[in-house]
Amino acid sequence: MYSEKVMDHFSNPRNVGEIEDADGVGQVGNPVCGDVMKLTIKVEKDQISEAKFKTFGCGAAVATSSIITEIVKGKSIDEALEISNAAIAEALDGLPPQKMHCSNLAADALHLAVDDYLIKNGMEPRANKPSHEEEDHEEEQVD
Amino acid sequence: MNNKIYFDHSATTPVLSEVAEEMNRYYIDEWGNPSSLYQTGQSVKIKVDEARAKVADAIGADPKEIVFSGSGTEADNYAIKGAYRAKLKKGNHIICFGLEHPAVIEPCKYLEKKEGAEVTYVYPDKTGVLDSDAIEEAITDKTILITVMMANNVIGTIQPIKEISKIARDHKITFHTDAVQAVGNIKVDVDELGIDLLSMSAHKFHGPKGVGALYVRKGMSLNTLIHGGSQERGRRSGTENVAGIIGLSRALEIANKEIDFKKEHLSRLRDRVVKGVLDNIPDVSYIGDTKKRLPGNACFSFKYIEGESLVLHLDMAGIATSSGSACSSKSLEPSHVLLGIGMSAVEAHGSLRVTLGRSSTEEEVDEFLEVLPGVVDRLRQMSPFNAEKEEEYLDETEDHNIAHEHPDQHFSAES
Repeated sequence: MYSEKVMDHFSNPRNVGEIEDADGVGQVGNPVCGDVMKLTIKVEKDQISEAKFKTFGCGAAVATSSIITEIVKGKSIDEALEISNAAIAEALDGLPPQKMHCSNLAADALHLAVDDYLIKNGMEPRANKPSHEEEDHEEEQVD
Repeated sequence: MNNKIYFDHSATTPVLSEVAEEMNRYYIDEWGNPSSLYQTGQSVKIKVDEARAKVADAIGADPKEIVFSGSGTEADNYAIKGAYRAKLKKGNHIICFGLEHPAVIEPCKYLEKKEGAEVTYVYPDKTGVLDSDAIEEAITDKTILITVMMANNVIGTIQPIKEISKIARDHKITFHTDAVQAVGNIKVDVDELGIDLLSMSAHKFHGPKGVGALYVRKGMSLNTLIHGGSQERGRRSGTENVAGIIGLSRALEIANKEIDFKKEHLSRLRDRVVKGVLDNIPDVSYIGDTKKRLPGNACFSFKYIEGESLVLHLDMAGIATSSGSACSSKSLEPSHVLLGIGMSAVEAHGSLRVTLGRSSTEEEVDEFLEVLPGVVDRLRQMSPFNAEKEEEYLDETEDHNIAHEHPDQHFSAES
């Protein structure tokens, strides 16, 4: 079901944890749905210097949270806001269609963390509306 | 490549080699069509009749009461749609156990949507064992069918079939039981249980996939589902899956001989699993009645972590299990069985089902108990939830808790 990259990030997740005194915190999902991601970031000179994650969720949820903490390091705030769910899925060599919503969650968690940083520093939040609310469950209507 | 340790026998079981060998003869040597008049066909017909008699014998029925099908699911569809359509003049109300497999729930939903049925779903309490009073209370003068499974596939709980069948008989209502998880694992006698219709599936008791059977009590009429060349006395057309039928009958014969052995062996191993998990891992609960339960079934809920991740980690350690979490199912919904006994969605997400089989060993249980605590620990370290964040973890403000309105969800492995 999962690519080698996904399994690698699942079995050896990078940057598990929570940054104390984080510059930005983004938490998305809810336990009822079965996916919760909490991303904490450290920002230095407009660049994300560190990122850590805590995730309650499936293999794809863990893998997307893990890889996003890698992708985001060293990126500027602007660049971080550009990171899309498609980019995350691609970095993992693809996700099964029913797991794409996990990549949405990871992107949303990052954007929320960035917005949190911006707000804490007296700036305007800039992330778009969270995309995970507009999920498209393609279902064949068979009858 | 197979898992080193297979703890998912409720999903499927390996075909016994002696069953496979016997089946092979019906591919290579005895390949005739049982409907043909000449030797090649008639000699096979005799074997199919013998197989039918074996299956009947195994459940205390008459050979004429056995209809072979392509699966347990097909048997369920035939029973439910067949009974409903045959009895439509008398009424349109079906009473369906809420924890049924989708193979029973979906035909009921289909009849509701397309053929004017009214379905009442009845639920047990958190033990997962139905109170037969609930059936009595649901009966109306339009009730024509009651369907309650013998043993549940997720939590293994065994339902009071005898009590329910008495209620059904007193009210002259047809009673069907999906016995797919029970046949071959516990004693099944159709007269002792007093049922009208019973479904079984070969691949749950070390027979091949692609063959099942429906027991139909003499005198019970069902609307035919599959029309054609009138095989199975007109009840289920299609050239017989001879090898499959032979496989089913042989596997059932062997399984029934092993019932006492399995009861002792499986419950002993299973109880070790349960004790090992509850004693050594914190924040875990054992789901469902401990006594009225299939001997090889254990089902747990682990707090703060998610089931698919558990299953994947165990798979990486060579152990096959399954979960009732939303992420591990095709429908992305948590198991309707777990929701149906009153668990919350988040508890269902943390579920793990372990189902042992005839070949499971003490060493395998040892290894499972050695591996699991570490896996749970790793996932809990990764989780944003813990005892301090209990409130947040249990917050159900977005819970759509639709289990009691309309069972909609599917369990992983569709077993």
